Amino acid sequence: MAALEEEFTLSTVPLGAGPNGLLGVEQSDKTDQFLVTHGGRTVILYKVSDQKPLGSWSVKQGQIITCPAVCNFQTGEFIVVHDNKVLRIWNTEDVNLDKVFKATLSAEIYRIHSIQGTEPLVLFKEGAVRGLEALLAEPQQKIETVLSDDEVIKWTKVFMVFRHPVLIFITEKHGNHFAYIQTFSSRTLSKYTLFHGQEEKSVIQNFTASVDRKFISLMSLSSDGCVYETSIPIHPRDPDENQRVVRSLLLKTVVAGNARSGVALTVLDQDHVAVLGPPLPASKECLSIWNTKFQTLQTSRELPQGTSGQLWYFGENLFMLHGKFLTVIPYKCEVSSLAGALGKLKHSQDPGTHTVPHFVNWETSRGYGFGSQNSEQSKRILRRRKIEVNVPPPAFEQLLSTIKKDSEKDIEVELCKFLAVKRTPDFHTIVGDIVLELLGRHTTEPSFYPRNSLMQLIQTHVLSYSLCPGLMEAALEKTDVQMLQLCLQQFPDIPESITCACLKLFLSISDDSLQETEINMESVSDCSDPVQEKMDEQTEILQNGFNADEQNCDSCDRKLNQKPQDAAEETTSCPVVPKRAALLNAILHSAYSEMFLLPHLKDIPAQHVTLFLQYLYFLYLKCSENATMTLPGLHPPTLNQICICSELNKIEVSFRELQKLNQEKNNRELYSIEVLELF
Amino acid sequence: MGEFKVHRVRFFNYVPSGIRCVAYNNQSNRLAVSRTDGTVEIYNLSANYFQEKFFPGHESRATEALCWAKGQRLFSGGLNGEIIEYDLQALNIKYAMDAFGGPIWSMAVSPCGSQLLVGCEDGSVKLFQITPDKIQFERNFDRQKSRILSLSWHPSGTHIAAGSIDYISVFDVKSGSAVHKMLVDRQYMGVSKRKCIIWGVAFLSDGTVISVDSAGKVQFWDSATGTLVKNHLIANADVQSIAVSDQEDSFVVGTAEGTVFHFQLVSVTSNSSEKQWVRTKPFQHHTHDVRAVAHSPTALISGGTDTHLVIRPLMEKVEVKNYDAALRKITFPHRRLISCSKKRHLLLFQFAHHLELWRLGSTVATGKNGDTLPLSKDADHLLHLKTKGPENIICSCISPCGSWIAYSTTSRFFLYRLNYEHDNISLQRVSKMPAFLRSALQILFSEDSTKLFVASNQGSLHIIRLLEGSFKHLHTFQPQSGTVESMCLLAISPDGNWLAASGTSAGVHVYNIKHLKLHCTVPAYNFPVTALAIAPNTNNLVIAHSDQQVFEYSIPDKQYTEWSRTIQKQGFHYLWLQRDTPITHISFHPKRPMHILLHDAYMFCIIDKSLPLPNDKTLLYNPLPPTNESDVIRRRTAHAFKISKIYKPLLFMDLLDERTLVAVERPLDDIIAQLPPPIKKKKFGT
Repeated sequence: MAALEEEFTLSTVPLGAGPNGLLGVEQSDKTDQFLVTHGGRTVILYKVSDQKPLGSWSVKQGQIITCPAVCNFQTGEFIVVHDNKVLRIWNTEDVNLDKVFKATLSAEIYRIHSIQGTEPLVLFKEGAVRGLEALLAEPQQKIETVLSDDEVIKWTKVFMVFRHPVLIFITEKHGNHFAYIQTFSSRTLSKYTLFHGQEEKSVIQNFTASVDRKFISLMSLSSDGCVYETSIPIHPRDPDENQRVVRSLLLKTVVAGNARSGVALTVLDQDHVAVLGPPLPASKECLSIWNTKFQTLQTSRELPQGTSGQLWYFGENLFMLHGKFLTVIPYKCEVSSLAGALGKLKHSQDPGTHTVPHFVNWETSRGYGFGSQNSEQSKRILRRRKIEVNVPPPAFEQLLSTIKKDSEKDIEVELCKFLAVKRTPDFHTIVGDIVLELLGRHTTEPSFYPRNSLMQLIQTHVLSYSLCPGLMEAALEKTDVQMLQLCLQQFPDIPESITCACLKLFLSISDDSLQETEINMESVSDCSDPVQEKMDEQTEILQNGFNADEQNCDSCDRKLNQKPQDAAEETTSCPVVPKRAALLNAILHSAYSEMFLLPHLKDIPAQHVTLFLQYLYFLYLKCSENATMTLPGLHPPTLNQICICSELNKIEVSFRELQKLNQEKNNRELYSIEVLELF
Repeated sequence: MGEFKVHRVRFFNYVPSGIRCVAYNNQSNRLAVSRTDGTVEIYNLSANYFQEKFFPGHESRATEALCWAKGQRLFSGGLNGEIIEYDLQALNIKYAMDAFGGPIWSMAVSPCGSQLLVGCEDGSVKLFQITPDKIQFERNFDRQKSRILSLSWHPSGTHIAAGSIDYISVFDVKSGSAVHKMLVDRQYMGVSKRKCIIWGVAFLSDGTVISVDSAGKVQFWDSATGTLVKNHLIANADVQSIAVSDQEDSFVVGTAEGTVFHFQLVSVTSNSSEKQWVRTKPFQHHTHDVRAVAHSPTALISGGTDTHLVIRPLMEKVEVKNYDAALRKITFPHRRLISCSKKRHLLLFQFAHHLELWRLGSTVATGKNGDTLPLSKDADHLLHLKTKGPENIICSCISPCGSWIAYSTTSRFFLYRLNYEHDNISLQRVSKMPAFLRSALQILFSEDSTKLFVASNQGSLHIIRLLEGSFKHLHTFQPQSGTVESMCLLAISPDGNWLAASGTSAGVHVYNIKHLKLHCTVPAYNFPVTALAIAPNTNNLVIAHSDQQVFEYSIPDKQYTEWSRTIQKQGFHYLWLQRDTPITHISFHPKRPMHILLHDAYMFCIIDKSLPLPNDKTLLYNPLPPTNESDVIRRRTAHAFKISKIYKPLLFMDLLDERTLVAVERPLDDIIAQLPPPIKKKKFGT
């Protein structure tokens, strides 16, 4: 349940709105510390939980800060722009901004973006984008002009998608809006015209966006008070062509229409948005949390002293101006649980405890299970139906005939065209039919395996196993582990026999062939630091006899057993290569019923079972030693999933005992004379 | 430090007996454990779980019930129908009394500790009054139709619950008549079994009776109405044991599948006063039947057919999360079962009912660290000496020269003379042992094999001179006046002048053998002695205690040595103190007076007193040989404790000569292989 907590004021210095108001709030590299840029001359670093400033820096009289200060997460330095072209880079030890590193650029900067995992990116007013390092190497380099005359940037944001930054910025020219997507993995810039649909009259006032794997979901708050959503593909089908994207209504009248100022919108998580503005024409301004899935107002907070239409959201804190003060309202959205419903969930009311904010990562949105995904999808489809009455009929027939006879390349092109068209309510069945058609041709013509097209279809997120039976079988046959991984992640209804067949394949496929395949590694990122673990292993001393080998079986017991020796000795390293781990995680994430799974597990050869168990055990140890019960990586299997499998520990012990017995029979005799040197 | 040839012996075919009963005494924090061979062991939980006393087993005395009474008196009942009281001072059986009800299956001491109930084969429940020096039969309760397998008193002492076959009876103690009879469902997973055996009952203050039975159920009964309140089916096999905490907020049950379940009384909702019993944690530390469980204030204790005694602390009850919070698993006795003749390279193995004599092999090869050398002669099994009678062997010893073997049971002492002629060996029993040599707790030969020292269970020490095929009684040291504590450990100085003897609690006494008088007493220490030995030349007495402290006491100077004071001042390394098995043997290097060799079940250590002591920051044990380290680093990191953990579980280790060690290991897998097969549980995927 989403809830707003008690607000508190961060700055005691009153701020003016407008150019002398607040320019921006940005995260620093330390949790709980934020850079607040006041319009004008000052940057202040705040520790939010303490509500106190840690440092303050100002530019000289006569200079003016034109872009919010950001933190370079790779170096920990701060960067600010003054007078549009001058970069200043400093760190907390520096006192005077005038004496710190300075670089004057040849073009005017719109914004500097800095997010975890990449270098800061500089967006120029003319639409060009540069990495900071490249700019600093040659500050006076020529910056190209991307935008046309009179086209100005209205809003921008950056995301990490598969470890590469993706930058989006919205421009406006004569009342028309355009979206530009700059990807850095392929260095492409694609342009989209935002098609306003029926509400041509309304003026877009505010933007926010979240990333949803292959699409950026751009939300805009219009002057009619409604929130609209536009899906923009990150990787364009045809980069050179100017494409149009249609927006659809997401939430109706969240703020009063024609509100003059103080309107802002920001995405909180996959189901929630925060809206700033007056709910009714006459009412005071409010901060409201809306659930987009159920279209309900979750909570709201009145801001009687007015606000400025600026809203930032980091971790668990919402930042906004309230009156003349920068105000922080912590926001929490607890996942509903049965325990919560039964009232057994403890709510810690201790004011002294401060929860460490975790930064919402958009990538996680996919990990919440398939059921909700689908229902959400269908709801949206229904909603869209209301507003999109006259969608041109899909080029479905055209596509089917292409599939029947043309080359894979041609099919891909046709498919792109088909998918570019807006989705219809029966989109999922159509996609299922296309897949079946493709598979049909594959069976009659085994050399025909339109992998790219299939992958693209799976990524529409509307497929399920039952919609396209035979797809996974074909992938199994082709040992296409990448597609299998994708299917396991997407399909909610895979039969256990297929899950087992995948497991069997994932366990048996050689490391060499894994090397060549491209596998989504999100679930295993930074799983282990080999150097650190080697150290652990070496400093480990096992003082007593039993605990090391004996207790491995007591899975449920381990948490209670506080002897660190046991766990650490076992946590040597991941028993499988990361790519295989990613595949196994996909298996662990998939839904299954024990009853149906068991008969098939028998088919897996013993050595592979042992490997799988070793991996589970490794995960289990990883989980157990981690106090917060979270694994590194974006969405690795949860403890619960592993606990279910920890029943398997028993069999592991049996295997180990068998192995031990064999070893002993081979090399242990009843009597021997050995040489021992004591050091 | 040096290179050794190690005779690595794994042919000591020792299998501990399964655990049958455990009884925990809250006042003394001691645990009594009985085994299937009738042995009863006493563990001091305050002294690092040291097994400080034991009563040898007896073939006809299978113990089925064990309990503590007021004044820390220990009683047992068994299949021979006798109630036995143990003398914990003299370490013998005080008396045995027939209950005249056939085999005894169960026993319970009243809450006030002055009455004893026994449940018998013939269906009778008999009440005994515990008098200061005996027990006295008082009366029978209403006879039931089949054996009474379990008994429990209501904490007020007014009622008892008795578990039988297919039903539980509640008796009124005053009238001795059954108030309720609660029938237990025979059904097991829908199939009606022949019988449902109530293996355990527990009577709570609120009148609830908890029963555990052979159908895998834990059931809660209301004794006032005689109705079933709640039923937990927890196992596919028998639930064999139950123990409730004193606060009655938690209890533990053990099953034949080797699982121990913890039940706790928890609030139904977070702030309501309504509570219910919830199965909270399962533990799987056993492979076989958990025949007995106990519940101390801070730990769950379990034991069974797989011979391990497992002590699992309850983390929420442990205040300081130190090493005591760790799980303990005790498998081997905390005393030596092996003695060795250095001169002839012989090992004497002690079993419950026989002794084995083995001659070690030899090799002419040499090698480097870790090599296994080719044998030029394999080890020989020379002798298998079976005892007469039903009693277990208490202790045994072979003389250093290899010509004498002595052993003792509870009632008889045996001395044998061995003659070696080439490969033949002949054995001759020395007859007509004097009457005072009846039962020995410890036997020791002098270094030159001319004298025999025997610690009897009355606290006296006998010295006997050995002649060719005969003997002569030299002297008896009587116990200090007023004490009857038995001496369990003996040590003789290599020059034969000093004899050190230690009981379980009082200090170590040192006797002068030349003048046949008490020389001095080492001050008593809080923790029991686990091993002691006297060093050659210096006559320093080295004493190891159960808290892992080691002291060195100079016998001539009658004071602790400088080295001992230094190490006490600095303290032992924290990892040394955290070891969980006691040191069971100490010996010395004949040529290197600065070295002390000692071992526990998981490591052996040579302490080089000339090197600096390790502090807590030093790496105590480095399993890896120093590779390409410079001499400087090696010297800088060198400390007095040279530890090896290659051999484990290590039951015996000694120096045969300067360059030869003998290590007797007993791998746990070998023990498991000799146990009966566990109940087959359906495991995943099988």
